[in-house]
Amino acid sequence: MKVFMLGWEFPPFISGGLGTACYGLTKAMDQLGIKIDFVLPRTVESEYSTHVELLTPGSTRSKAYLKYKGFKNVRFLAIDSPLRPYETAGVHGQHAEKISAGKQRILGSDASSAGRMGDGIDCSGDICTMVHRYAEAACKLAQGEQFDIVHAHDWMTYPAGVAVAAMSGQPLVVHVHSTEFDRSGEHVNQIIYDIERKGMHAADKVIAVSYLTRNIIITRYGVAEYKVEVVHNAVEQNDEEIILSNQTGIKRGEKIVLFLGRITMQKGPEYFLQAAKKVLEFMDNVKFVIAGDGDMMHQIIEMAVGLGIGHKVLFAGFLCEGDVKKAFDMADLYVMPSVSEPFGIAALEALNHDVPVLISKQSGVSEILRNVLKVDFWDINETANKMVSVLKNSPLQMTLREHGDLEVRKLRWQGAAEKCAKIYEELTVTV
Amino acid sequence: MASVCFYFQVHQPYRLRHYTIFDSNGLYFDDQKNASICRKVAKKCYLPANRLMLELIDKYEGRFKIAYSITGVLLEQLERYCPEVLSTFEELAKTGCVEFLAETYYHSLSFLYSRNEFFEQVYKHIETIERLFGQRPRVFRNTELIYNNDLATTIEEMAEFDGIIAEGADHILGYRSPNFIYQPPNCKNTRLLLKNYKLSDDIAFRFSNHDWSEWPLRSDKFANWINQINGNGYVCNLFMDYETFGEHQWDDTGVFEFMQHLPEEILKYPDNDFKTPSEALKAYSAVGTFDVPHTISWADMERDLSAWLGNKMQLGAIGSLYNLEGKIKQCEDARLLEDWRKLQTSDHFYYMCTKWFNDGDVHKYFNPYDSPYDSYINFMNVLDNLNYRCSNILAQPEEVESSRTAHQEMAVV
Repeated sequence: MKVFMLGWEFPPFISGGLGTACYGLTKAMDQLGIKIDFVLPRTVESEYSTHVELLTPGSTRSKAYLKYKGFKNVRFLAIDSPLRPYETAGVHGQHAEKISAGKQRILGSDASSAGRMGDGIDCSGDICTMVHRYAEAACKLAQGEQFDIVHAHDWMTYPAGVAVAAMSGQPLVVHVHSTEFDRSGEHVNQIIYDIERKGMHAADKVIAVSYLTRNIIITRYGVAEYKVEVVHNAVEQNDEEIILSNQTGIKRGEKIVLFLGRITMQKGPEYFLQAAKKVLEFMDNVKFVIAGDGDMMHQIIEMAVGLGIGHKVLFAGFLCEGDVKKAFDMADLYVMPSVSEPFGIAALEALNHDVPVLISKQSGVSEILRNVLKVDFWDINETANKMVSVLKNSPLQMTLREHGDLEVRKLRWQGAAEKCAKIYEELTVTV
Repeated sequence: MASVCFYFQVHQPYRLRHYTIFDSNGLYFDDQKNASICRKVAKKCYLPANRLMLELIDKYEGRFKIAYSITGVLLEQLERYCPEVLSTFEELAKTGCVEFLAETYYHSLSFLYSRNEFFEQVYKHIETIERLFGQRPRVFRNTELIYNNDLATTIEEMAEFDGIIAEGADHILGYRSPNFIYQPPNCKNTRLLLKNYKLSDDIAFRFSNHDWSEWPLRSDKFANWINQINGNGYVCNLFMDYETFGEHQWDDTGVFEFMQHLPEEILKYPDNDFKTPSEALKAYSAVGTFDVPHTISWADMERDLSAWLGNKMQLGAIGSLYNLEGKIKQCEDARLLEDWRKLQTSDHFYYMCTKWFNDGDVHKYFNPYDSPYDSYINFMNVLDNLNYRCSNILAQPEEVESSRTAHQEMAVV
């Protein structure tokens, strides 16, 4: 079985759940023996690709491909594209401009030719154009390659997936990690919605990361029920020992409640703060740490001050992998009050680090976890109620830790990979 | 001779209402929910089952006999919400064919945590049964058939009872059969009736399971099994939850019809009869010692304490609860004491059980909470408030001594 897979930054510099999911899934498939040609976007700003090692550059072929240590059956092919995940339409424009400006500085060309450069990256135009250029480039890469299935991760790769599938005549699997409704609430961007919808309808199978997402796909995108399968995300095994460090400015004896994620509407940071305020009415020796960055960052900082809890809320900014681990190690509770979370791998990562978890019922991951506290994201009182109880009662903390640890051990990527393999098989059975 | 000894457990807890850190009044119990559940169970089980039992007692003119143990907390709720059920129990009492057992009034684990409380609750129960049904109980059963040698000697010292009901646990019996009377070590006047769990659970659990090899269970088939005991036992102790009739096994499974025809089928064998627990104890002597140094119960596969005291939350909660005993009694406030006692009902800790939570099974059906963690949080919030009220009365504000020694078992296990 060979798969032509279209995905994201690899391995993830924790750009978010999407990259983590692609990494985990691909690695597990690799271990099952599935061969994969993995296509990634590459841009001038490659500060995040610190883990990619150029081991065996393709020599006999005209296309350059990379191999990654530990992946036996996977080749990585790069497409020049400024496409980045998680950015809204507006930010894309800004980002493209930044790249153009960067090139201008480096090469000293005038503005008009900054749009087209020798290395072939075209940063002009809106998202739609970028996505379609990506599709073109993907088709070029796919020409002459042999594969049985096309698998496209998240909306930006759907047109590419559709194009490659059409060109090769092979079945298309579209993997929905999130929808416009998750990212933008009810104010969806019509262009993105259309791209999503088109991809889902063109696909032979649609994989959703949760029943929550599956439901949205069926009801908001009009996709037939039989076409949509659920493959829950999972988490990498945490074999590292827990290091007890006390290097932060937080006093021992003080409880830490952690919010780790993008500071954006979808993740419910304002509910976190409002619950925090109520918690502080009942106990004083607690600090709230918000780790991450996002479009609501300034708003949230101001909100903390406005609520009068500014001195109790610490903003850690965007954390690299090592710091994420430290953040988990010192947390007494991890809170994910997401408004609409297609899955929420971060909750699994928290459990992996032995941190008790409080998640919103409006998240995909709450479908598969039992040993966590659950709450409706809007129910601030109940959120505060549960937070206080965990922080005050160590038996509760201990039991959540123990059982959460046991539960998360069973949620490995192997299961997800096996489900995908089964879907591939169903689609490639010759009639 | 095979004497069939039926005993039915009848109990409902006072369930807590949703109680958060923002709640501050002393109203802990969900009266509305408890009333509605009480009435529902009365309709599906208590009333039709009591009616059936009265019919059978009448029909067989004294040859059909049964026993009940009804908890104090249920008797109170019946009085408030379905007094007609109480009158049917009174009618049953008047037939002279029904024996009432004694237990802790609040269906609590007090034996394991506070002997004083245990005695007070048992005597309160005895007095209530005597008042309502004109019978002073002579046979004791502890909450959820929690039993060990220590309980036996305690009961022996009370000099109130002739016998104790216990689980016929395999790991104690070994090759021996539960169909005989046994004696606890070092006891002269107290003897034991052990549950025949195989036959009891055939009715209580397997009755409606279509995958069971013996389904459908007809009265004549079952009577035949009981008859096999002849020559290899004297009693057949069928102990189960009364809710088997109508709630655990719904009416449409045929469980009422089964029971209706059972006496007839059993009495077809001239060697067999029905006896109440006291009658069984009088009729037969003990054949051996039943030595239980470690506590057993009738719960789950393990037949131990793990359903209520298996994780740190449960141990922490119950420890904190009993730690309040001194303070509560010092307050000398009847309402406060009542509230504290209602919190002792074993169900509250049962709801916190995580044993099967990951497999999501049977425990969940009886659990008003979505998760054991929710039940713990709720319980501890209530306990906090109880402690607060107590402190106010004593004018000594302090924190609840949370059981930091969660590992430390305060009980004799």
